[in-house]
Formats: sequence, C-alpha cells, structure tokens
Amino acid sequence: MSRIDETFSRLKGEGRQALIPYITAGDPHPDHSAGLMHALVAGGADIIELGMPFSDPMADGPIIQLACERALMAGTTLRRTLAMVAQFRRTNRNTPVVLMGYLNPIERFGLDAFAAAAEQAGVDGVLIVDLGLEEADSYLPVLTARGLAPIFLLSPTTPLARMARIAEHASGYLYYVSLKGVTGAANLDVAAVAAQVQALRGVTALPVAVGFGIRDPATAAAVAQIADGVVVGSALVNQIAELAEQPEALPARLTATLSALRNAMDAR
Amino acid sequence: MAYDFPDARGHFGPYGGQFVAETLMEPLARLTEAYARLKNDPAFLAELDNDLRHYVGRPSPLYHAERLTAKWAKNGGGAQIWLKREDLNHTGAHKINNTVGQALLAKHLGKTRIIAETGAGQHGVATATIAARLGLKCVVYMGAEDVQRQSPNVYRMKLLGAEVIPVKSGTQTLKDALNEALRDWVTHVDDTFYIIGTVAGPHPYPMLVRDFNAVVGRELLTQCPERIGRLPDAMVACVGGGSNAIGMFYPFLPHPEVRLVGVEAGGHGIDTPDHAAPLSAGMPGVLHGNKTYIMANEDGQISNTHSISAGLDYPGVGPEHAWLKDSGRAQYVAVNDEPALAAFHELTRVEGIIPALESAHALAYAQQMATGLGPDHHIVVNLSGRGDKDIFTIAKREGIELL
Repeated sequence: MSRIDETFSRLKGEGRQALIPYITAGDPHPDHSAGLMHALVAGGADIIELGMPFSDPMADGPIIQLACERALMAGTTLRRTLAMVAQFRRTNRNTPVVLMGYLNPIERFGLDAFAAAAEQAGVDGVLIVDLGLEEADSYLPVLTARGLAPIFLLSPTTPLARMARIAEHASGYLYYVSLKGVTGAANLDVAAVAAQVQALRGVTALPVAVGFGIRDPATAAAVAQIADGVVVGSALVNQIAELAEQPEALPARLTATLSALRNAMDAR
Repeated sequence: MAYDFPDARGHFGPYGGQFVAETLMEPLARLTEAYARLKNDPAFLAELDNDLRHYVGRPSPLYHAERLTAKWAKNGGGAQIWLKREDLNHTGAHKINNTVGQALLAKHLGKTRIIAETGAGQHGVATATIAARLGLKCVVYMGAEDVQRQSPNVYRMKLLGAEVIPVKSGTQTLKDALNEALRDWVTHVDDTFYIIGTVAGPHPYPMLVRDFNAVVGRELLTQCPERIGRLPDAMVACVGGGSNAIGMFYPFLPHPEVRLVGVEAGGHGIDTPDHAAPLSAGMPGVLHGNKTYIMANEDGQISNTHSISAGLDYPGVGPEHAWLKDSGRAQYVAVNDEPALAAFHELTRVEGIIPALESAHALAYAQQMATGLGPDHHIVVNLSGRGDKDIFTIAKREGIELL
C-alpha cells in the first residue's frame, strides 16, 4: 500500500481528516525547505504538498506567484526541489510528499528522468496544474510505473461525468478546488462545496481533499466535516513571506499555525 | 495530402492542445462547441462579413510598392514588392479581424464582460473598440512596463471605455498580462469571454484566431491573380504569437509553389539572450495552455525576451507555426532590431507609409529576399499594422523629445 493510501486509511480508522499544507519549494531559500517540511509535520501535517516553483504560475494568486519568484531568485530548480524531498526523507519515512506545479519544468527535465528521480527522492504523488486528463495519456503510465500517484484537480465547473472519468485515472486522492478562482482567493462557500463533494462521492471511492480559500481554523474545521482532507496553502505561504527575512523564526511559526488548524479539525 | 489541423483535441502534430487548470476545461469545451456550430451558421457568417466590410473596412488593398521595388533593385536583383495593407483597417492593424469575430461569439454565448491581454496595445485597442460598439464591459491586462512604453494606446483604450489593469508580476510584459487574464477568466468564468489576441493559448483559440484572420489570405487568393496575374512566389509576415502570419499563410497552405516565410524578432541577435525568436532559437515546451516552441532556461523557467517591437516581444509562438516549421511548409527566420528600424524608415520615406515596427521586421526580410530574385518574381509582405503607435519609441531612440 502506498504512503498516501496508508495515510488516508489510518485517518479513516481514527475518524480524522488529513491536514495537507502547501509550501513552495525553496521559499524563502532552498536550504530551509526540508526543515520547514519537518516543522509542518510537527504541527500535525498528514501529507505535504510541495510546490515546484514556476516563472508563470497562471492558476495561482499573488501570494504564491511571489513565493515562486522568491524561490527562483534564491536559486531553486526542479533538481534542487527533488533534493529537498530526499533530505526530508532521511528522517521522515511516513509522511507522503506530493509535488505540485506546472508542466514546463518537468518537460525540460525530461518526463522519464523526472519520474525516476522523484521516485528515488521519495516523492509519493504529482499534481501538474496545467496537465488535465485530455493531455495526460502519455504521462500517467510513466508516473504510475514509478509509484507516483497522479493527483488531479476537480473544480466547480467540472461536470459530474467528467469527474467520474478523471477519478478513474487518478490515485491517492482527488483535489477539489473549492471555488472559481486562483489560489488565495477568499470566497469559499462551504454549503456549495458540501453538495459537490457529496455528488463526487457517488462516482468515486477515492478520498477527496478540498483546497483554495481555506485560511483559518474555523474554515478548516468546517471543510473537515465534509471532506477527507483539507489543503491550506496561501495562508501558510503568506507567513513565509512575512518572515522571509527572519527564516530562523519560520519553523516555530508554521508549526504553531498548523497546530491551530489541526486542533480545530480534530475538535468535534 | 489534405491539411486538416488542428485535430478534434486541438493538436497540430505534437503541438497545441489544452494545458490549463481544470476550471477552464469545461468553458473551453463549451466555446469549442459553440464555434463548431456558429462557424457554419449563415446568419453568424453574414453578421461577421457585414462587420468586416463596413466596420473594419475590408477588403484591404494589395498595394504594389513600385518605388521601394526600384530602390531595392539598385542593389542587384529586385523582386516586385507588394504590400497587403492591413494597416488601413479600423484601429490600424490586423488585430481587429479577430476581435470582431470573437466579440460576435461572446455575444452569441450571452457573455456580458470581455477581457483581453495586450502587449503593444493594438489588441487591447481593437478589443476595447469592439466592446464599445457592442456595449460590453471591457477589462484589458497590460504589463506595467508596456503601459509605460505604450502610453498613447493606454489612453485610447481608456477613451473607449475600457479599464486597463497594469500587471506588475513577473517581467511585467505581455506574457504576464496573459497569465493575469487567465487568472481573471478562471475567477469570472460565468459572465466573461476572454478574447485572446494571438494564435496561442489553449484550443480552440489558435484555431479561432487563425480562422478569423484567414480573411487576409482569402482576399489575397483573389487579389493576387487580379493584380499580379498569378499567385506570388513568396509571402512574408512577422511572427510574435503569429496571428497575422497564420491569417496570411493558412489559405495558401494548399499552394506549395508559394513560399511562406515567418519573421521573428531577432532583437540584439539570436546568438545573444536578448531576442524573441522561439522558432529560430528556442525549443518545444508548454506555455499558456499549449505545447509549442518557447524560450526557457535549462530549468524550464520562461525567459525574458527582447524586441524593439512590443508586439513581437513574447517567449512563445502559436502551435500551428511550430507545426508548419517542423513539417517544412513554412520557413522561419529572425530579423534584428537594427534592420527592422532601417526598413521602418525606408518604407516611410520611399512610399509614404509608416509601418508598425512589427511589420517592419517582415519588410526587412523581404528586402533581403528581393535582392536575390529577378524582377519577374513577386513577394507579398503582410503590412500588419501602421506605425503611428511607434513614433514615440523611434523618437526616443533617436534622442528626440516629443510633447
């Protein structure tokens, strides 16, 4: 059983939901990232989504755009991102890591070489924002052959029949985008999300994580009532931005923020 | 073999496709369906034709540049130079052909808000123009640096009632404006139609924009036999994203005797980092929703580009051009800033036509071609836009202060 499957299976047994933080690799500097990943785990992260920075992140709002710019300015590359995961894995064998980003850096690295290097580094899943189901045919077998779960986005505009088709090709979990918009937007409607997630459960047995627009413990707790996982990204990345000049203070801040989300999600 | 691209999923050979976030997949599918239905609908086509004729001012003339031909002939050779006068269209460039078409689609889809990206501002002006005419709300994204470089066009858009939003992310140029427009579209997908200005973006945009610009090539298929007595030996067009070039080339693909040449912006030279010539010096990758030739570093991060002409200053190119390059049906070359500037001045002084700096790149290459060919050869250059917008750039370069 994969690390992602084991994680959701264990959480289900405990009646809890996965807390899935997102940070951008190399933000504010590649040397800090493995430490920040451990800090997220210390705060209660079940799965880590690690962003592969890209110069043109067209589905992201300003907070993650700036994180990409900081990471790239600090010399982050896809190769270094994979090295961060390998470093994290030296002392953490259990927490799944999902790489999230855009296709072009992977294309330039070479899909086969990327998949092999990601497996070796200890990556568990890959979410490529601009690679939808229609274009994924030639990519999926290469990823799955290396034990990398293809994670797909679903959105409020995705018709149910299409959700079912995507779910057939996905593994690990499905990432339901809570709103029409970019990352870091603020108008999450919990009732609407609940209805969509309910419908989604009719076509798949995969766990469903919900992300976009979850920025505080109350919202995280509300989403945990309706989904199997809660993704928090921009709210954390914003804190990294605030403390980019004092990176020594970052691990404690991220751990504390995660703990507050964790406690709210587990408190029912 | 018949040319039948793109396929149903928007591929031109290995290029094109739909590389966007999931939220846009369904809206793109609806747009594709709507276009498939409307492109053969006589009422839609009649409305489009009416707009092109009476609002845009089509057909645009095919002009024989005899003085320019004679001047260039003095250097030996001397093929006949013909100009397809897209600069005479309403708003001064080929861009209006596409915005008129897409705006009609928007109207038929019941969308009330139009967004667009713009580099030099020509597409933004063309979009703001048609939005004004149809009474649609219009928001134009423009790189903050381009807002500075092209302030007259910014003011024109504002006069036309559009909101111009300076984009301060990334390199603050066209590529970043496109990113920001895509972000807007994801956020306002219910009521908003995104009018992309070039043959890039996800399917069906490269096909839509090509089809709406193909009126240029179709007119030439009639005009060339009338004026020249036959089809030309070669056609030359500048390529940024490549919409004026594809509009000219597409109807000529079944005529292999006509050589098709796309001219990219060589900037300071394609052996330097400062150019915008992905077909000449880039490699395949994925940007802005499609697979095509792009300029990126060894880590796949998109490169900064440079061209004296803002309209060519883009790190990608339409996927159909990528395919025409690989298949050999069209050739792509690069012309640097300096020869483009020289051609700008030459056409202005010899023919009394001020060309856009973009179009001047095509003209400069036509000059090179003409010197190797005799006077019984004919070259048609797509004069894709007029250069009024560029006079500030030229003046500044020459140390002259305007206003």
